[in-house]
Amino acid sequence: MSAHIDSHDHHDDHGHGEEEVSHSTLKGYMMGFFLAVVLTAIPFWLVMGKVIPNPQTLAIVILTFAAIQIVVHMIYFLHMDTKSQGGWNMLALMFTLILVVITLTGSIWVMFHLNSNMMPGMSHDMTEQQVKNLP
Amino acid sequence: MNTPDLVTLIFGRLTIEAIPYHEPILIGTFAAVALGGIALLAVLTKYKLWGYLWSEWFTSIDHKKIGIMYMVLGVVMLLRGFSDAIMMRAQQAMAFNGNPGFLPPHHYDQVFTAHGVIMIFFVAMPFVTGLMNFVVPLQIGARDVAFPFLNNFSFWMTVAGGMLVMASLFVGEFARTGWLAYPPLSGLAASPDVGVDYYIWSLQVAGVGTTLSGINLLATIIKMRAPGMTMMKMPVFTWTSLCTNVLIVAAFPVLTAVLALLSLDRYAGTNFFTNDFGGNAMMYVNLIWIWGHPEVYILVLPLFGVFSEVVATFSRKRLFGYASMVYATVVITVLSYLVWLHHFFTMGSGASVNSFFGITTMIISIPTGAKIFNWLFTMYRGRIQFEVPMLWTMGFMVTFVIGGMTGVMLAVPPADFLLHNSLFLIAHFHNVIIGGVIFGVFAGINYWFPKAFGFKLDSYWGKWSFWLWLTGFYFAFMPLYVLGFMGVTRRMNHFEDPSLQIWFIIAAFGALLIAGGIAAFLIQIFVSIKRREALRDVTGDPWHGRTLEWSTSSPPPSYNFAFTPVIHEQDAWWQMKERNAARRTEGYLPIHMPKNTAAGVYIAAFAFVIGFAMIWHMFLIAGVAFLGLLVTAIGHTFNYKRDYYIPADVVARTEAARTEELAAHV
Repeated sequence: MSAHIDSHDHHDDHGHGEEEVSHSTLKGYMMGFFLAVVLTAIPFWLVMGKVIPNPQTLAIVILTFAAIQIVVHMIYFLHMDTKSQGGWNMLALMFTLILVVITLTGSIWVMFHLNSNMMPGMSHDMTEQQVKNLP
Repeated sequence: MNTPDLVTLIFGRLTIEAIPYHEPILIGTFAAVALGGIALLAVLTKYKLWGYLWSEWFTSIDHKKIGIMYMVLGVVMLLRGFSDAIMMRAQQAMAFNGNPGFLPPHHYDQVFTAHGVIMIFFVAMPFVTGLMNFVVPLQIGARDVAFPFLNNFSFWMTVAGGMLVMASLFVGEFARTGWLAYPPLSGLAASPDVGVDYYIWSLQVAGVGTTLSGINLLATIIKMRAPGMTMMKMPVFTWTSLCTNVLIVAAFPVLTAVLALLSLDRYAGTNFFTNDFGGNAMMYVNLIWIWGHPEVYILVLPLFGVFSEVVATFSRKRLFGYASMVYATVVITVLSYLVWLHHFFTMGSGASVNSFFGITTMIISIPTGAKIFNWLFTMYRGRIQFEVPMLWTMGFMVTFVIGGMTGVMLAVPPADFLLHNSLFLIAHFHNVIIGGVIFGVFAGINYWFPKAFGFKLDSYWGKWSFWLWLTGFYFAFMPLYVLGFMGVTRRMNHFEDPSLQIWFIIAAFGALLIAGGIAAFLIQIFVSIKRREALRDVTGDPWHGRTLEWSTSSPPPSYNFAFTPVIHEQDAWWQMKERNAARRTEGYLPIHMPKNTAAGVYIAAFAFVIGFAMIWHMFLIAGVAFLGLLVTAIGHTFNYKRDYYIPADVVARTEAARTEELAAHV
């Protein structure tokens, strides 16, 4: 085999030097917990206190808080940062985000066109005469 | 509780009527299977092989043995899937001029559905997973995969899924919906019987195995490469495996989710894909192809890797354009998520959507084309040896290019409106799947067989197999292109126009040639086992290979490498040979290895029971089996005897035997 042989046991050496966990301190967990509670309490208050009357705006605000909370979980509980696992975590996250965006926007785009072309009964802006004239 | 209720409680909707004793074809098949099975069991018992099989194979967590078991599963299921194909070809060749053929529509529809499902999920997937399992750890200088127990469990889940499909042959029936089970046809209203439930549960059970094995190999490749093997020094097969497993992990959850929604429609009365109550069947088609298109790249990418290894080895040259090969693979990985709508251009999403997906589809053919040129340039001015793996590779290059070009034709939406659902499409995807995946699998089997078993495959029968498959393929599918242009649609049970018959007869003849190719392959294995002493590979490097797997003995010891190799360049083994690097023969240390376990077999058996019970609405049994599965899985976490050390003197003895063998023969 090779003249340059590394003789230490294989199962002990994989991934060495990459697995230092950066946030698993009590402070880190408490910080994450605090942020998660706050980010949950505010939307709860928004709904219960009927602070925002427009339901659409309310939904967008709540979803924004949810998205921020996802980031908080990833940083404080999953210990993700740009360098963890030699950058593989970040790469996997980017890839996942790209795929989720492709899947969601793609599906919405495709289904919107399909519905408006193929299921005119579902969109209520068509007159009866138009429906009759469909191919 | 009175008796009929108790029967329903235990047997659900399973009655004696579910056994198709009134269908002579199925009874004949059942008799043959039963006799063959009994004969096999008798032989195993007579030679007392049960204990050996159980302790050395079924419970083994050695990636090499699991890889081989995947390949065996693939071959067995290939025989089943191919007999479906022969039946369809025979039916279509004879069902003219009022002759109804021998398969009534009810049966015929099950046959084409089973053919598609089996060939994709239980032939192509096991073959691909098997090759990756066997080769990847050896290529990266690892001693096993990252999660050895999970590997065994994944295999048995795949087997359990396959067994559910096989059970549908004799208990109840299979889906009559086509291999992707589009609703509303697969919904409860149109398919109230168990066929679609067999489909759903077999895929769900096997899907667990596929996803876990994807995670496993992904972790293996990322975390367990030998020191010095940076990403751009990985063998190309490992690269394509990496990309395939990324696709598996990202795509299979979509399949799981969409099948779960369909089963909710069928079991819980929801209306995701029904015609009424706001359901939308088009969403199913959209979602299943978000999985389905990456799936075809999951199948073909590892074989691109196989061809790369084979071309470089048998041309005695470094692969042309390694970096471009890697980038092409990565680009395909991402682009494969941007083309799914080309499977349903005709569903009516309109010009803007269709042109977007038409263009992305044409773009994805560019990296694939680049790969073809890389292989051609590798062969250019190489010292090509026409061994069997190389024959398969060249057969692939010619055939796959034709399939790729018809694919680009189908990517043009206006043309697709004429060709959609026609036999042209059938010819196209068989052209790429047989020409790409199956040819690649046979190239891989012929290439790595000596590594797995210590002797080469007989090349005479290998050439027979190749030429029969190749000519058989052209005879079977070129007529289908012609028929597709004439407007003949797929999944037809009989025809009215007698002028079409000659094309179907030619196609049936092609299927017979392919049958000969499969037979020649089986004979090849049999003959090779007979002649194994003459075909023995003592060097461990029968082809003068380039990558690390050829640096070990054939077959490799259970620990693969006595010393973890250190990598300096691409084609690590080739470089070691060039440098005349000496094989290290002393200073062995005990080797830490994982231990065999039967938990995977048990859990998968419970999964099979759950699937079968859910299909027949035996909810009590399903619940009990689920409990059993949980208990076994949790119980396994308390198994602390998971590893052992191979003592240093055992390693020393094994390696000394190899040293002696090398000295005697080289």
